[in-house]
Amino acid sequence: MLLIKCPVCGAEGDETDFHAGGQAHVRRPASHDPATVSNEDQCSYLFIRHNPKGLHFERWRCDRGCGKWFHAARDTMTMEFKAFYGISALPPRALMEQAKGPWAEYFKDKLA
Amino acid sequence: MSNKPYRLASGGRLIDRAKKLHFSFDGQPLTGFAGDTVASAVMANGQRVFGRSFKYHRPRGVVGLGSEEMNALLGVGDGARHEPNLRATQVELFEGLSAVSQNRWPSLNFDIGAINNRFSRVLPSGFYYKTFMWPKSFWKHVYEPIIRRAAGLGKAPEGRDPDTYENIHVHCDVLVIGAGVGGLAAAEAAAASGAKVIIADENPRFGGLADIGDGSIEGQTQIDWAMAKAQGLAAAANVHVLTRTTVVGHWHHNHVMLFERLADHDPALLAAGVPRHRLWKVRATRIILASGAIERPLAFANNDRPGVMLASAARAMVERYGVVPGAQGIVFTNNDDAYLTALALRKAGSVVRVVDSRSRADGALVAKARAAGIDVDTGSVVSAVHTSFGGLSISDVKVAAYRKGQGRVIKERQVECDFIAMSGGWNPALHLWCHNGGKIKFDDTLQSFQPDRHDDPIAAVGAANGTFGLQEILNEAYGAGEAAAKAALPKSKSAKLKAPKAEQSSQAPLESLWFAPATGKYNEGNKHFIDYQNDVTAADLELAQREGYESVEHTKRYTTFGMATDQGKTSNLNGLGVLSEATGKTIPEIGVTTFRPPYTPFSFGSIAGPLTKNLFLPIRRTAIFKWHVDQGASFEPIGQWRRAYTYPRPGEDKHASINREILCVRNKVGLLDASTLGKIEIKGPDAAEFLDRIYTNMFSTLKIGKCRYGLMMNELGFLSDDGVTVRFADDHFLMHTTSGGADRIAAWLEEWLQTEWTHYKVFVTPVTEQWSQFAIAGPKARDVLMKLEPSFDISHEALPHMSFIEGKLGPYPVRLFRISFSGELSYEVATPANLGRGLWNEIIAAGAEFGLEPYGTEALHVLRAEKGYIVVGDETDGTTTPIDVGLDGLVSKKKTDFIGKRSLEQPYLKGRDRKQLVGLLTEEPNEVLPDGAYAVRAVKDKPPMEMIGQVTSSYHSPTFGRSIAMALIHNGRARMGETISFPLPGGKVVKAKIVDPVFYDKEGGRLNV
Repeated sequence: MLLIKCPVCGAEGDETDFHAGGQAHVRRPASHDPATVSNEDQCSYLFIRHNPKGLHFERWRCDRGCGKWFHAARDTMTMEFKAFYGISALPPRALMEQAKGPWAEYFKDKLA
Repeated sequence: MSNKPYRLASGGRLIDRAKKLHFSFDGQPLTGFAGDTVASAVMANGQRVFGRSFKYHRPRGVVGLGSEEMNALLGVGDGARHEPNLRATQVELFEGLSAVSQNRWPSLNFDIGAINNRFSRVLPSGFYYKTFMWPKSFWKHVYEPIIRRAAGLGKAPEGRDPDTYENIHVHCDVLVIGAGVGGLAAAEAAAASGAKVIIADENPRFGGLADIGDGSIEGQTQIDWAMAKAQGLAAAANVHVLTRTTVVGHWHHNHVMLFERLADHDPALLAAGVPRHRLWKVRATRIILASGAIERPLAFANNDRPGVMLASAARAMVERYGVVPGAQGIVFTNNDDAYLTALALRKAGSVVRVVDSRSRADGALVAKARAAGIDVDTGSVVSAVHTSFGGLSISDVKVAAYRKGQGRVIKERQVECDFIAMSGGWNPALHLWCHNGGKIKFDDTLQSFQPDRHDDPIAAVGAANGTFGLQEILNEAYGAGEAAAKAALPKSKSAKLKAPKAEQSSQAPLESLWFAPATGKYNEGNKHFIDYQNDVTAADLELAQREGYESVEHTKRYTTFGMATDQGKTSNLNGLGVLSEATGKTIPEIGVTTFRPPYTPFSFGSIAGPLTKNLFLPIRRTAIFKWHVDQGASFEPIGQWRRAYTYPRPGEDKHASINREILCVRNKVGLLDASTLGKIEIKGPDAAEFLDRIYTNMFSTLKIGKCRYGLMMNELGFLSDDGVTVRFADDHFLMHTTSGGADRIAAWLEEWLQTEWTHYKVFVTPVTEQWSQFAIAGPKARDVLMKLEPSFDISHEALPHMSFIEGKLGPYPVRLFRISFSGELSYEVATPANLGRGLWNEIIAAGAEFGLEPYGTEALHVLRAEKGYIVVGDETDGTTTPIDVGLDGLVSKKKTDFIGKRSLEQPYLKGRDRKQLVGLLTEEPNEVLPDGAYAVRAVKDKPPMEMIGQVTSSYHSPTFGRSIAMALIHNGRARMGETISFPLPGGKVVKAKIVDPVFYDKEGGRLNV
């Protein structure tokens, strides 16, 4: 039972007080250029999720608290939360530098 | 049963000889003393057999001393308070207790199922897998009932649970699991440094195994020291002391569940209203695991005979309850610790002989035993156990010479005895360490696993950590207690308590003995039990290896070793030892199976806590609920709502009342409580653009004061909800959703606003409960409204179909929507919920002269089906697109993006070659197809038949005087007029013609009047 702290309202609670929203920083292609979304992009957006051993960026919702979505960075091996941050925010720089896979891609220009 | 005196004339630390208690075991009246367990009290009466084993129905007695007990499982209590599968060693005796043995028929001493034992040669591991395979049709009716009857352990209680239960959520700085010497020391150290401490132990009294140890601490006996510390902790303000409390599981981030038994031991407490059990959900900043160790049995031939006990259990019987297991005993060991048992039994007057598998035994305790005149056979094993009275009682054993690794008996001799105390060493109780991924390592000295790494802030101390020396335990525990407090409260000042000085006899190391050779060539005809509870023998494990179940996890599942309710507490390592010898691999190479919660079984009542009856699931009621009840409505659950299903009149069945309600709407006027309909207000400058993203059709073009029916898809292009949305102002909409979808859709809208289109300025506010909403439907609907003195013009010209107006009906402020879900002239009127019941009464009164009647949800469904309106969830199943249900016209071609648009462009979703919504008319007009009935391409004598679709809604329509149905049929729209077949269970085939799904008023003339 994970212990989670909402970065928006500050409520701390069991994971059952929150709602898990899967992988974070997934880009919805149709929001940007709906006319030219390739099948590969759409497939990747809908179905392809990264399942790493280690650092994982994910979405949570403060279900029984303020109702806001937020981001978390969690180690999937130790279950330790490395950071909680806002839905429009970026994780601490050190975590962005450690990020792998699609997140490394996503953070690349943010780190520049 | 024997008449030997099993209760000693004196002694027994826990019993109060002044308080005699009466109880019954299998209906037989017996007596014991306050402080007894059922195990000690029954044994004191000379009864050794407590039950029959699971597979072979062999008679079994008590083996352990606490929660590790695997054989003596009893049912305790009567009727609704009966609880099965309780360990006799843990059930505390009280006046009037009634206990029954399990898995025996007709009686404990004579059991029909024991014939399985005779046939055990044909009941090897995997027997069920190998035998009950063929023919398939035998599974349900022949094999399963046989297996179930044969495998019956306890019986479930009868009737509703009369007791109450509690849940409690707590945070603490340091949780100490186990209150033996190590746990008490750690708790003292943590508490002294100011930490808020919880210390829990599954036993009724603290002290662990201190009372059967031989050490002393600061000149006190171990148990006296422990009791003094326990008292000190109980008095401390920052320590919460929990007895009879098992820590059943450990989860991520130090989430721990504690199962407290408050009243099982005393019916007077239950009668006084004390909760029976309490489940503690604890978040501990730090955990100290001081769960101790569990003694290992030895695998020797027929090591399950009643009278074979663990050495620690035999010792505890004497020390705690003044009960000796018999008059003449063998202590069979591979270590020094069991000599303490020999000494205790000797002191209690039993004749004892030690059989030690080690070739040399010369530790301090061995010397002490020899000095006490106890015979010691070193380099020896018990090679056979002989019984009398059909296996109920031990008469003698064979003792054979043994050298480590020897597989066969060479020389043996007979020794008389009536009980055996065995010890194969001690296993740290690692279960809780491992529940949440803690790593363990094998220790060659202990020949067992001990804690290694853990990702959660938890530390093991004492025997649980593989530390068995008393001084070392104290040093470790004081250090860990202080460190835990420091970690939890970095700013607090450490008390720096010093560990006290302890003394204890030194012990020489053990020598592993995983399999004692037995009398007879190749050990034939003998059973070396490893897992007593599931009747798994060493031979079963070896057989699984030979058959290729090489992974220990496969062996476990194939043989069911370690899978019983004791979760392998005593069997796990012995099984690994047998596998190690069978494969030539080391135990670490074999690996361990997974320890899973719970540590011991705990009650469903404690999980439910107070959340039963009315608190189990909150029921949502509309403002009109009481009126529905008063009218004798029957209700149906829609999510958490209870909606009126129909209003039968006296003498009417539901079928008749539904038909009457439908015809009343078609011919006159009906009134429906539609308050449960989801209502979400959407407001803000970007509201229209947002709705364009959410719905498949366009809402930015909707005129103020107008309503539009909208469809929502998920990103996969499948329908997820529908409803009518109204525009109040440029920046203000009211969305209606399905009753069941209201919460889900509000969350869905929030998610998109918060996570994707974060720049939109839009508020989403669920207002379902704020409004009472009623549908007034039928040709006379306008007449009824007129009687209610509307403050606005409700003529067809001023308020046409799909339009909205706000104003008053008499004194009632209302929002009036001219929308229809029945195909008739219809208005939905909404008023603030606190006024709802008043307006409802007014409408009922005003409608009387027009024949207005209330109608329920079933009439509503038939009405909409007659009109061909879909219900999301009936006509759709999560793989249905708007095109499939014939609503292509509502999928915008102009909008560049909305949820699901890109997916719906996939050829396989757009294509014709899918199931499509059609209407059905059965050939026989009175035949109502069952919901979900399958249509097949061609009817055959038996399955398989090719399925081409299914019925999604099916009703008797009073409007048409016949049945109607809707269905999703493969390529259905191209098959209009075709007759298809629905084979039903039982062989009947219903034929129906495919027709347009709109049965009623195709032109919509009745809506536009």
